[in-house]
Amino acid sequence: MKQLVRMFTAVFLVAFVLIYVTFQLNSTEGYSSGNTLSIYNWGDYIDPDLLKQFEQESGIKVIYQTFDSNEAMMTKIAQGGTTFDVAVPSEYAISKMKEENLLLPIDHSKLSNLKYINPRFLNLSFDKENQYSVPYFWGTVGIVYNPKLLGGKEITSWNDLWDGDLRNQILLVDGAREVIGMGLNSLHYSLNDTDEAHLQEAKNKLNALTPNVKAIVGDEIKMLLAGEEAAVGVVWSGDASEIMSENDELDYVIPEEGSNLWFDNMVIPKTAKNIEGAHEFINFMLDPEHAAQNAEYVGYSTPNEKALEYLPEEIAGDKRFYPDPSVTDKLEVYDNLGKRMLAHYNELFLEFKMYKN
Amino acid sequence: MGIKGKISNLYLVAVFIILYAPIFYLMYYSFNSGGAMHDFEGFTLEWYQEVFADTRLLIIVLNTFVIALLSAAISTILGVMGALAINHVKRRQVKQTLLTLNNVLIVSPDVIIGASFLILFTIIGIQLGFASVLLSHIAFSVPIVVLMVLPKLQEMSPTLIDAARDLGASRWEVLTKVVLPYITPGIFAGFFMALTYSLDDFAVTFFVTGNGFSTLSVEIYSRARQGISLSVNALSSLLFLFTIALVIGYYFINQRNSRPKGMEVRK
Amino acid sequence: MQNKTRNLYLIPYVFWILLFVIAPILLILYYSFFDIEGQFTLGNYTDFFSPVYLTMTLSSFWYAFLITAFSLLIAYPTAYLLTKLKHKQLWLLLIILPSWINLLLKAYAFLGIFGTYGPANALLEVLGIGAKQILFTDFSFLFVSVYIFIPFMVLPIYNALEKLNPSLVDASRDLGASSWTTFRRVIFPLTLDGVKAGCQAVFIPALSLFMITRLIAGNRVITLGTAIEQHFLVTQDWGMGSTIAVFLIIAMAVFMIATGNRRRGI
Repeated sequence: MKQLVRMFTAVFLVAFVLIYVTFQLNSTEGYSSGNTLSIYNWGDYIDPDLLKQFEQESGIKVIYQTFDSNEAMMTKIAQGGTTFDVAVPSEYAISKMKEENLLLPIDHSKLSNLKYINPRFLNLSFDKENQYSVPYFWGTVGIVYNPKLLGGKEITSWNDLWDGDLRNQILLVDGAREVIGMGLNSLHYSLNDTDEAHLQEAKNKLNALTPNVKAIVGDEIKMLLAGEEAAVGVVWSGDASEIMSENDELDYVIPEEGSNLWFDNMVIPKTAKNIEGAHEFINFMLDPEHAAQNAEYVGYSTPNEKALEYLPEEIAGDKRFYPDPSVTDKLEVYDNLGKRMLAHYNELFLEFKMYKN
Repeated sequence: MGIKGKISNLYLVAVFIILYAPIFYLMYYSFNSGGAMHDFEGFTLEWYQEVFADTRLLIIVLNTFVIALLSAAISTILGVMGALAINHVKRRQVKQTLLTLNNVLIVSPDVIIGASFLILFTIIGIQLGFASVLLSHIAFSVPIVVLMVLPKLQEMSPTLIDAARDLGASRWEVLTKVVLPYITPGIFAGFFMALTYSLDDFAVTFFVTGNGFSTLSVEIYSRARQGISLSVNALSSLLFLFTIALVIGYYFINQRNSRPKGMEVRK
Repeated sequence: MQNKTRNLYLIPYVFWILLFVIAPILLILYYSFFDIEGQFTLGNYTDFFSPVYLTMTLSSFWYAFLITAFSLLIAYPTAYLLTKLKHKQLWLLLIILPSWINLLLKAYAFLGIFGTYGPANALLEVLGIGAKQILFTDFSFLFVSVYIFIPFMVLPIYNALEKLNPSLVDASRDLGASSWTTFRRVIFPLTLDGVKAGCQAVFIPALSLFMITRLIAGNRVITLGTAIEQHFLVTQDWGMGSTIAVFLIIAMAVFMIATGNRRRGI
């Protein structure tokens, strides 16, 4: 009994000391000052130095929180109970959030730097006139491959992946839209196809790919490809540029049949408390120098036209990551297919994952 | 005993090597100047410096400990009560029902627990953050404590209690002088399991946290997007060495102070 | 007299059950009757009996069974040998300690260890077996799962062995029983409760493993847990996710009753 009492006293004592220390740390860091801005972003999707700079310039303390999927982020915001002043969802999530009234309109008069955004990234179908969103990064879905491991073989299209020589060499990203979309694209159908016959055809075609697929993985795909665990990977362009910066044997290609063009955008969720600060932050990120610094750190493509001037030529001039309009015109943005169709895509993807040959 | 003893020692050594292999792997690469968990390039302490420069990370570590300690302690108390309650129930059916309900949280996938707690907290109106995370950790640790304590209670012979009663002990005395000392090993096991659950949990915390509050596993998960930074390895190595020192230290101090009592249950 | 004490203990515990067990179960049950568009439906239940989910259920059970069996196979001797050691409590703590290191980190470490150029393959090379694909196979999945669950199996078995009366073992030896017979007829039956507790602590969570199905098995293994996670986090089809959860809870209840304690001796 004595032993129990002693242990519990010790535990509570230690816990309260720790609480006190945390509290002290929090207040010296300014997190409890009240003038804070809460940002909800993908993990590691911003240059931390920029956050520090913003804190210094504006005097606002940033609370930076991260999510790992649009859906998790939306669940959190829809449930309330939290205050997020700025979030960074992908385009299809934005149209969903709009439908569910989770967003506040953005006041363009407070965004003096909006003019630097290339007009081809504005006024897109998911958010006409950018009422609720401002572009943050953009990119494509494509194939990373390792010519060294493939004996110099070049990959240019989705259909190249079905090559029998690639047995057990392909890593796929764990996304239903991406993988089913690849199946559809390889058959020259649209990524947003909802025709049941086409979808079944795509699934059957994907099933035939199974012997070549080594694994279907998440973010660790970057580490695996850079470590030459597999020769080919289907990834987002931003991930590709990160992988390639770690292992320069690798190359990235946007498949010729077409692929996905995506945008991540800054929005102000309805839970926002510091709306003024949110605008200030968005405008700060739109500043060409900041956008360039961020793009260099994160490795994704910036929609900021003027920022390209601040980026080294080998980044800004890289056609794989800043493809010409002639290429991007062939690419498709994901439409919001509606919940039911999306569930169906996921169901097909699940069947593909479970397919054993 | 000779050969047999060697084989069994070998077996234990193998088990321990496997249990610790990934941890030593992590520690090894925490000194890698190459910046990734493969291809060791050279020795560096850069990642350790980074850990100490990152106040936010330190706050998160402290948060994690506070949550783990508090939730483990509180859930142990609750769990012991639960075990006593279940043990007292005479009807088999009621007992079985209680046990089944008890185990629901152990078996439910974390995602469901997280999602349903999130809905629950928003219905009740608890702000997401420290309180909601603490409550959830307590909630999902209670059943494991019950499971650890209950067998000890059941093995205790009822005559022991009767004897104490006959000798004129009050209910409180029976509890503190007879029952609790007897089940102490179970309580300790429950406490450590609860601690383990709390430190290990990612999915539930991920759902119910908010307003700037974060724990280590959530932070690691979100940092994993760029491939885990080796500063996380460095941090884990430090924490690991710290806990191992703590555990060993605690054990020997405890042994010296209270030789026959407690941990060492009657032979 | 006894009634009074019982009631006192029950109050906080039942409060906990109501708030954190019954309420979530009811929420899940409630959600399982709605389709993705928020319409009332029984469709989720008919969907569950489609070949896709039935195969998934079967394979989940199969893997959970394997994981439990291997965990038991490894944990029992470990626990037994631990009880013979000098500082056994300390060693036991050291068995639990690795699970305090973040699972995701350990999974990443395993990615490295089992990788094509990792130490596991290097070892195979040295042994003359040659490099194999270890990652993303059933083997790696089972290995890492068992690794995760070992402490949860060792602990209850260790506790059961500890309370075993050594004089019973001595008696059996004195009566001329071989070690194996002693183990089979005396030790094992008397530690059965610990074994059961361990199996419960492993089998059921193993049904709903996720994360490592992706990290270590590369989605080659799909468990019910993976499906639930997908439905809750990706598809946002909370109805279907809840339906699977309902079945998991039922499976758990059945399993608990099946391994339940018929009669409490001693």
